Amino acid sequence: MITTDEVCNVLKMTEEEKYDLLKTVITDYERKENNLIQILHMAQAIFGYLPVEVQYFIAGQMDLSVSKINSVLTFYSFFSTQPKGKYTVSICLGTACYVRGGKDVLNKLKSVLGIDVGFTTEDKVFSLSVMRCIGACGLAPAMTINKKVYKQVNPNKIPMILGMLK
Amino acid sequence: MGSVYQLKRVDFIFKDEKDWKVILKNSISRPAHELINELISSELKGRGGAGFPTGLKWKLTAEENDLVKYVICNADEGEPGTFKDREILSKVPLKVLTSMAVCGHVIRSNTGYIYLRGEYFFLQKDLNKAISEFEEYCREINFDFSIRIFMGSGAYICGEETALFESMEGKRGEPRNKPPFPSSYGYMGKPTVINNVETLAHTYTIFEYGAKRFYDLGVQYSRGSKLFSVSGDTPKPGIYELELGMSLFDFVEEFGDGDTKAVQVGGASGFLVPRKRFNETTIGFQGKLTGISLPTGGSMMLFNSSRSMYNVLDNYLEFFREESCGQCTPCRVGCQQLLNGIKAVKRGDKNAQYLDKLLRLTETMQNTAKCGLGQSVANSFSAIVENFREEMIY
Repeated sequence: MITTDEVCNVLKMTEEEKYDLLKTVITDYERKENNLIQILHMAQAIFGYLPVEVQYFIAGQMDLSVSKINSVLTFYSFFSTQPKGKYTVSICLGTACYVRGGKDVLNKLKSVLGIDVGFTTEDKVFSLSVMRCIGACGLAPAMTINKKVYKQVNPNKIPMILGMLK
Repeated sequence: MGSVYQLKRVDFIFKDEKDWKVILKNSISRPAHELINELISSELKGRGGAGFPTGLKWKLTAEENDLVKYVICNADEGEPGTFKDREILSKVPLKVLTSMAVCGHVIRSNTGYIYLRGEYFFLQKDLNKAISEFEEYCREINFDFSIRIFMGSGAYICGEETALFESMEGKRGEPRNKPPFPSSYGYMGKPTVINNVETLAHTYTIFEYGAKRFYDLGVQYSRGSKLFSVSGDTPKPGIYELELGMSLFDFVEEFGDGDTKAVQVGGASGFLVPRKRFNETTIGFQGKLTGISLPTGGSMMLFNSSRSMYNVLDNYLEFFREESCGQCTPCRVGCQQLLNGIKAVKRGDKNAQYLDKLLRLTETMQNTAKCGLGQSVANSFSAIVENFREEMIY
């Protein structure tokens, strides 16, 4: 079975190769409806996001209606129908982070990046999102960039953190 | 100070797990009814927050005649302010795996799943390593049990057990009607035991030391210890294992910053306790003769007087509006209307009496929402609006 690690070299792939890979994934999961969420995770790893064309492709391969695919993927916040930037910056707005200034950090992020929540910068480098409690309440306010967690961030640290990534 | 407070620290959960092989081997050589009785006599109740007796849960599932059954560990820890399960899974994963296998022995199931919260992807690698080690030993002793991790995809509601099953079956994570309960109709329609991570860590303690050691901790109706995730305005945030039945007053003495005006017990879906009620409130499962006793999944968030309770409520309601699955109307529309309502009162578009209307709305939600999410919005809403009414208006 293909693992997410193998999917990591998708950057060099052509569209056609990506669809072939996705087809293999779906076959690996036996086209079973109860594996749909794993398949969506893999599809998102391959394409970076789940545009309508990919949803139609999965629906065709699995013999499900596209509305079924769409209803499942829009339910979960991990799936995106919009392309994401190289870095996804997420700020936690769980209650502990919120009372410790999470919203100030979010506002600073908005002004530094020049985008609102759910959007991606024009240069496709940063996407901005919010999370609901990631269990880092002892380190509030917390922020993640891709898979790295930043603790006790404050608005003043933001330009430096983002600058180090660019 | 120091010696006055009554909190009793306990150290069971994070105690080393080096004896797991012995405990697994000993436990699976005991008959199922004996293990069930041990759990029942310990009076362990589910540590996810709902507090259903664990022994009874195992017993009911064991009594089902299906050939296929499942053991599921609910690691979809998403209640704001809770982070205990993450610590258990990273520090003592083998305790949880051992308990799952013993449960498999009791209910006659050879398949276990851990539903791991998507945000905890960083635990996956080490957890898989622990599972490999565990399964290898199971093969060594000829015990048939396998465990797989299922990753969540970022939906708070999937912590609700029937929504979790739906999600594992590749569907939208919308709660089912109960009954039927998971013990007869769970994952894939099969009898399923679903336990919180911490509950499984406690069953390990019970199998290791016997029910009495566990039962001797805590108070009537609320036996044993519990992990608490302490956050908010406190000089020492973190995870603490404490005996159940403590009074909130003692808790605040220990963890407060001297200026605590309210404590949120049990996360956004839990209860807010204002300062004047600290004395009469204890942390446990059922009402005692005096005062009230509150159940909790372990989230304890302290607010000091610099915090606006309006902002806190606004944050909760935004959270619920976002995380409501949208399946039933009372919750879907109710959460939106509550949020719009308090904003309107704050702006002055509605008068203060409008808050009473909103309180009635939460009552309706409590009575008619399909699952715990919609039903529990009333808990924090009414406590905040009733106790901090002036902060809502001005």
